[in-house]
Amino acid sequence: MALTAADVARLGELARIRLTDEELARLAPQLDVILQSVARVTEVAGADVPPTSHALPLTNVFREDVVTPSLARDAVLAAAPAVEDGRFRVPRILAEDA
Amino acid sequence: MSADLLDFDEALAAYDPVLGLEVHVELNTASKMFCGCANAFGGEPNTQTCPVCLGLPGSLPVVNGKAIESAIRIGLALNCSIASWCRFARKNYFYPDMTKDFQTSQYDEPIAHDGWIDLEVDGETYRIEIERAHMEEDAGKLVHAGGSSGRIGDAEYSLVDYNRAGTPLVEIVTRPITGTGAKAPQVAKAYVSFLRDLMLSLGVSDVRMEQGSLRCDANVSLMPKGATQFGLRTETKNVNSLRSVERALTYEIQRQAALLSSGGRVHQETRHWHEEGYTTPGRSKEQAEDYRYFPEPDLVPVAPPREWVEQLRGTLPELPNVRRERLQAAWGYTDLEMQDAVNAGALDVIEATVSAGATPQSARKWWLTELARRANEAGVDLAALAITPAQVAEVQALVDAGTVNDKLARQVIDGVLAGEGSPADVVAARGLAVVSDDGALSAAVDAAIAANPDVAARIRDGKLQAAGALIGAVMKDMRGQADAGRVRELILQKLG
Repeated sequence: MALTAADVARLGELARIRLTDEELARLAPQLDVILQSVARVTEVAGADVPPTSHALPLTNVFREDVVTPSLARDAVLAAAPAVEDGRFRVPRILAEDA
Repeated sequence: MSADLLDFDEALAAYDPVLGLEVHVELNTASKMFCGCANAFGGEPNTQTCPVCLGLPGSLPVVNGKAIESAIRIGLALNCSIASWCRFARKNYFYPDMTKDFQTSQYDEPIAHDGWIDLEVDGETYRIEIERAHMEEDAGKLVHAGGSSGRIGDAEYSLVDYNRAGTPLVEIVTRPITGTGAKAPQVAKAYVSFLRDLMLSLGVSDVRMEQGSLRCDANVSLMPKGATQFGLRTETKNVNSLRSVERALTYEIQRQAALLSSGGRVHQETRHWHEEGYTTPGRSKEQAEDYRYFPEPDLVPVAPPREWVEQLRGTLPELPNVRRERLQAAWGYTDLEMQDAVNAGALDVIEATVSAGATPQSARKWWLTELARRANEAGVDLAALAITPAQVAEVQALVDAGTVNDKLARQVIDGVLAGEGSPADVVAARGLAVVSDDGALSAAVDAAIAANPDVAARIRDGKLQAAGALIGAVMKDMRGQADAGRVRELILQKLG
């Protein structure tokens, strides 16, 4: 199943990446090659091999519930494009009400 | 702002409501879900953040074991199965309340699933099925600024505080709740109230709805009476009190019924509850959200060993409703007395006072009148008063032994609250013991008779009820510390 330009456009939308028509035309076949290569792995793996989500064979890595120092607020806000009242100032959010 | 509403009774005559409730519980761990920043409400903005909860590149989350423990205990208390293996997942979305552009949550592998609870509302029992309880992190907090109303539609920009980002949450989701009819809003309220009490007894959350540590999203749809196919639903957010749960659902049922009965259709959407008593539309849910969930690669799977789960099962407290029934039977309280005790949050202190030797009725009397008044004046919980249940039992024992009367007992309580020591210490230090020594009483009675010759004459004539006036005089003379029973005996002896 080939990846279409429309699929890539939708992914771009979801990832908030604006793509031109030329980019869509160029990227769709490239991404398709990647997907096909990964699909080859699925063919090799038997039904008894579950999909891998983690490279490490570990479970239950927990931390003690202990408070550690936070960053100084000045440092936190230093890289913000805009700051007001100790908070990050962000553009008005349209069409959503959270 | 109010939409057309159908009368509630008419709405319920024509339609059956179907409920679905999603409750978010903020856990009261000391630190956040994936980092060591303090998990505390009300700090100065952006003072409880670090590279992990700010989502800075290269930072790595590590799961707070205590949060997992709390989530498992919540699941067990809701009669859920606990997953033997589950993963966290990234829920991708773009909104400035999340620095990472995804929320670490759980998707198709919740830590707890397939549970139930039984709720009693007006003598009817409703079985609420729990679909899942999963772990996730809370988002930051936005303040919309620059507009006239403070509402987002008018805002020119928003200000973000990430102190709350990364706070551990457990989201509890019911299966569709049918068959509640006109009781739907009450059942929903009772459910949230049940969860609040349960979380308190588990000790896993502060569950302060006004601070957002317990939040409810209320879904409701209507279907024509007798139908089995659910209607389109709305999800009402911003429901921040128990009363609002009931009001918001009542409103949505009336609003949806008005739409349906006039031939319209319900839009499947998120709506916002306003305390003034109405909902407004938010984000449309017509197009299914695409969050592109995938397993969180930075966190290894959680596989709670069975022995651990069973050990946690052993730590579960008695369920609040079970405990109430047990205590009411043991104490012989009426429904009203029990309700008062529950509302005052007095069950623990009454129970401790009773086990320290007081009768259930005397324990109730002290905690719900005298001590409730003082707690109220001080703006604190009963348990925070500077008097212990054992001391309250001791005060009552002093009353029962005739050492003090009720009036003096209140002064004893004053003394204990003022830090003057135990009730016995206060009685000794303040000289509060009732005087039943005949010498002192006899002199006081003689003085009262001499000062009130007309009253004394009436008693001599057999009008024994007049003795009250003399007893009052003696009590006044002895600053309330006379043994009233003994005084009466002496008066009648002298004048009889």
